[in-house]
Amino acid sequence: MYYIDYDPFVLPFTLGVLALLVMLFWKFFQWWDKLQPEDRIVIRTGLRSGKLLAILKEVFLESLIHRRMWKQNPLQGYMHMTFAFGWFMLILIGNVESRIHSGVEFNMPYYPIFFKFFLDSNEGLPFSKSFTFIMDFFLLLVLSGLVLAMFKRVNAKLYGMKKPAKPEAIDRIALTALWFIFPLRLLAESFTSAVTGTGGFLTGNLGEFLSGWLPARLLAYPAWWSYSVALSVFFVCMPFTRYMHIPAEVLLIYLRHLGFKPSKTYDFFSVVEVNSCPSCGVCVESCQLKSSLGHGNIVPAYFLRGLKKDREDMQAVNECMLCGRCQQVCPVGIHVNDIRIQRRDLLNKQVVFNYPYLPPPDHQKADVVYFAGCMTHLTPGIKRSVENILKAAGIHYLFLDKEGGICCGRPLQIAGLWDSARQLVESNQRLIRQSGARLLLTSCPICLKVFREEYDLRIPVMHHSQYLVQLIEAELINVAFSSREVSYHDPCELGRGCGIFEEPRQLISRIAGLQEITAGREKSLCCGGSLGGLSLSFQERKRLASDALKQLLAGQPDLLITACPLCKKTFQPLSPVGVMDIAEFLYTAMEQKTRTAQPEVLINCNETVAVL
Amino acid sequence: MPRWGYKIHEDRQVIWEEGDFSLVERIRLAEPSLCLCISCGTCASGCTAAQFTDFSLRRVIIQLQRGRIEEVRQEIDRCMLCGKCILTCPRGVNTRHLVLCIRKELSGDVLY
Ligand code: SF4
Ligand code: SF4
Ligand code: SF4
Ligand code: SF4
Repeated sequence: MYYIDYDPFVLPFTLGVLALLVMLFWKFFQWWDKLQPEDRIVIRTGLRSGKLLAILKEVFLESLIHRRMWKQNPLQGYMHMTFAFGWFMLILIGNVESRIHSGVEFNMPYYPIFFKFFLDSNEGLPFSKSFTFIMDFFLLLVLSGLVLAMFKRVNAKLYGMKKPAKPEAIDRIALTALWFIFPLRLLAESFTSAVTGTGGFLTGNLGEFLSGWLPARLLAYPAWWSYSVALSVFFVCMPFTRYMHIPAEVLLIYLRHLGFKPSKTYDFFSVVEVNSCPSCGVCVESCQLKSSLGHGNIVPAYFLRGLKKDREDMQAVNECMLCGRCQQVCPVGIHVNDIRIQRRDLLNKQVVFNYPYLPPPDHQKADVVYFAGCMTHLTPGIKRSVENILKAAGIHYLFLDKEGGICCGRPLQIAGLWDSARQLVESNQRLIRQSGARLLLTSCPICLKVFREEYDLRIPVMHHSQYLVQLIEAELINVAFSSREVSYHDPCELGRGCGIFEEPRQLISRIAGLQEITAGREKSLCCGGSLGGLSLSFQERKRLASDALKQLLAGQPDLLITACPLCKKTFQPLSPVGVMDIAEFLYTAMEQKTRTAQPEVLINCNETVAVL
Repeated sequence: MPRWGYKIHEDRQVIWEEGDFSLVERIRLAEPSLCLCISCGTCASGCTAAQFTDFSLRRVIIQLQRGRIEEVRQEIDRCMLCGKCILTCPRGVNTRHLVLCIRKELSGDVLY
């Protein structure tokens, strides 16, 4: 006879799962609406794209094992892994076990979850010993993570954070339900095991122990009810809480493998990224707006949560410096800077600037074109040094904006004004192309990033710190080593923005002793002058800069070296020691400042010095 | 036309009562540092846009404070938001944000 095990206590769970599925479907349907038709096709055909294995592997490593979280913080990684991987295995093995037992492929969805309730004894169940052992093992794993999670709420320092991200009311409900699920399962299975003897090393022994002084037979049924209700509460709350990251992250991994990237507008991909944030709080301590100004609401953990709930925090959109420190540590790899610019784009939708007055291109030609950039014109020492070095090295170059050029367009782009920026981009692009340049050199990391990413130039673009080190290597300029100790500040746009960390260090180590600082390279602080922070006031910028200086000057260097005119300009008035751009520093260390014989003209094209 | 030895200039009188001060009031809320401006003109002297056109942020700010919105509207969209002026302003006015706020207000985007 076909027989379905049923008891009313499974109802809360079953209805909860149903509600969850309906809501997930509804959410996904809303996101799907934002998609371009061609992207829909990519997503639909993605499963057949042959990338399935790679996708599954990453889902396993990131969503279950939480590999990147482990790298950020092992304790935090373990905690996330126990929950995700442990729970997943309980479900998976529970399904196998119950199917083997019932002998049919089709099960009621609640059956594996409450399997032990419907099991009278282990007799006749194949591999019952192994199954109970494995199930108890994974339950123990989850419970160990739970203890850590509870501990985290009390003592977050251990996890490398001062405070965990503060949960909201509904998050709290879901969190409490989640915390109750596994202890209740433990109790329910233990009480039942005391009666039926179906438990393993954990539930069996605990059941035996409890039944010594508690009426196990009586308590088992309410325990199963509570377990079912806890599950139900969690599932019903899930789509409205940070736990939405569980399905969203799987989707995100899928999309990334299909080649989806952040675009200029707030689209489907952005929504999936926003929803993939588990509010883990890893980013919270990285933000200087929090540590220096006490503006804790700017960090992605809260900014993204606001977006998820359609409650945008304007301050978080406009004040963020886009320094990228938070993005750097995010274990999910969410492109928060792009999302922030997309939101600015939405808020500035009707704003247009017009530049009918842009200068006509002239017709000078050169192999190397030097573009100083607006900020460099405010720090003339930098452009003078670069020019002098280029002359000394005998490079045939053209100073494109010598008499003053237009802006590169990036400041407009970071304000979300892509259309206005395009006018500047096109004008500069024409100018550079007409010069016949084979290399574009710039002194400003802000320009560098936009030249590389938004311009269609088809020639290498270099920051002067990269180019000058090659001039030294090619022995076109000679430098003297001095015994000075200097500290180097990685500008956000040059370091995290363009990945240039090594060349400035190589260059400096040829001239002076370089102190490595704790907040160096990827962890480098923002000077506070960033053009990203639209609404930051003068006083706030000053405070950010002074705090950053404290760290940079901790080793009491003789000089502070940076590679960005804006950083220099921001630090200079506040620094007790001299602040120099790397080009200025190099020029002071040059032995022979003029060349007697002109060498063959050298330019760099493919990252190696080639003689023309 | 007889030469009288003098000529009459176009009337440049600003009539205060004709000004529309609603804009400057809203902008002051969005960017309070506007109040610090002393019309020194440093911002305009180093301005990237001013190299190519007679755009002057100093004039824009004065017109804004006088409530002459049409003049502001005609000039404001020349700025490139390059941010040079923030670094030169001796009073710490957040000029770049100021321009953005004015532009937002004039084009009807929400300002906070
Ligand atoms: S943005 Fe990244 S680091 Fe910050 S809370 Fe979200 S997942 Fe964690
Ligand atoms: S980009 Fe920088 S300023 Fe913005 S939230 Fe992240 S750490 Fe803070
Ligand atoms: S530099 Fe500053 S104080 Fe001077 S006019 Fe410009 S905004 Fe006003
Ligand atoms: S931000 Fe605008 S006003 Fe200021 S210097 Fe640049 S172009 Fe001129």
